[in-house]
Amino acid sequence: MMLRVTDMGVARGGVPVLEGVSLALGPGEALILRGPNGIGKTTLLRCIAGLQPPLAGHVEAAPESLVYAGHADGIKSALTVEENLAFWAQVFGTTDISQAIDTFALGPLATRPAGALSAGQKRRLGLARLLVTGRAVWLLDEPTVSLDVEAVAMFAGAVRGHLASGGAALIATHIDLGLSEARILDLAPYRAAPLAADDFDGVFL
Amino acid sequence: MIALLTRDMRLAVRAGGGFGLGLAFFLIVVVLVPFGVGPQSALLSKIAPGILWLGALLACLLSLDRIFALDHEDGSLDLLATAPLPMEGIVSVKALAHWLTTGLPLVLAAPVLGVLLNLPGPGFGWLLLSLALGTPALSVIGTFGAALTVGLKRGGLLLSLLVLPLYVPTLIFGAEVARRGAEGLDVTTPLALLAGITCGTIALLPFASAAVLRVNLR
Repeated sequence: MMLRVTDMGVARGGVPVLEGVSLALGPGEALILRGPNGIGKTTLLRCIAGLQPPLAGHVEAAPESLVYAGHADGIKSALTVEENLAFWAQVFGTTDISQAIDTFALGPLATRPAGALSAGQKRRLGLARLLVTGRAVWLLDEPTVSLDVEAVAMFAGAVRGHLASGGAALIATHIDLGLSEARILDLAPYRAAPLAADDFDGVFL
Repeated sequence: MIALLTRDMRLAVRAGGGFGLGLAFFLIVVVLVPFGVGPQSALLSKIAPGILWLGALLACLLSLDRIFALDHEDGSLDLLATAPLPMEGIVSVKALAHWLTTGLPLVLAAPVLGVLLNLPGPGFGWLLLSLALGTPALSVIGTFGAALTVGLKRGGLLLSLLVLPLYVPTLIFGAEVARRGAEGLDVTTPLALLAGITCGTIALLPFASAAVLRVNLR
């Protein structure tokens, strides 16, 4: 088992949004998180990534096996596409960025400053970062925002390649990625109960 | 770590990085003070160490909010926090990069600008030494302030208010070294205290900065 989340409860801005979420991912598995806006998909992913402490429950994963990609891509617009990727490769202790560039068709853009890219191209660069990290479990938050149909297919191909090489992916998304083998987890049933006593006086009555 | 340092240095010197900002501010302050004080070279040489130190400190303050704010805006900070670098290492490298791009140029420019303020001859060496010893503390303390205010929009004002009182001891002892040096007095005590402040902040504050950064990223 590469990632196991047990009975997790998360809060956003101090308000509990999800409770009792359990999930498990093995090698070669992908799990798609679905749910309406505000249900807590992003918060859940941030808790699993360790950016935020959960209210309850715990995460089991091999050390240094998770990589998180959020709404923002972490791209420096003054650096070129290559320099951006090379930086993350160095941080994660890998060296090969050519495969990531090929997978997301960034070759013709490699020497352009990232600030000159379109929104979709930036997103592709952000996703290419996942490949250079060499991490086994991808935690992706809305990875397909501003991607066109072709780029979504490119992304699905990258996820498939990652799964085939024994990786795993946890993806929060609203659209159909065309990953037929992925399981789907609907978060709506895990919505946290609203706080019972909302007013201070209520506690004493 | 080295990758982060080279990236920060590269970003600082590229377009929009704000590399020359502190240096330009320092230059402006030091050039304008003689106009304000008037043509009294004796008075000017008396206040020169203090003015130079104050100018360097304010120039340092000017670029503090950039340390984490830009990385927070574009999401790099979240990604760095999940990268295999310890948070203490990240904040130390950020402080070092800030010192190399802001503090070190100020140290090197100070003797040149000292000429404009009629700084007495023996003072140049001590000014250089006191700034070289003191500015790392300014960067480390500033990094702590930047970590405290990272999530806030327009946190620059709050950052200045938080950091300025923490800068006071460094300013007092740094300027004292430069003043005593310029007047040919013994500098041992303020120099030792300045070195102590710098060593203490470098040893302790990265842990505090890392802790508040973790809280702010939630």
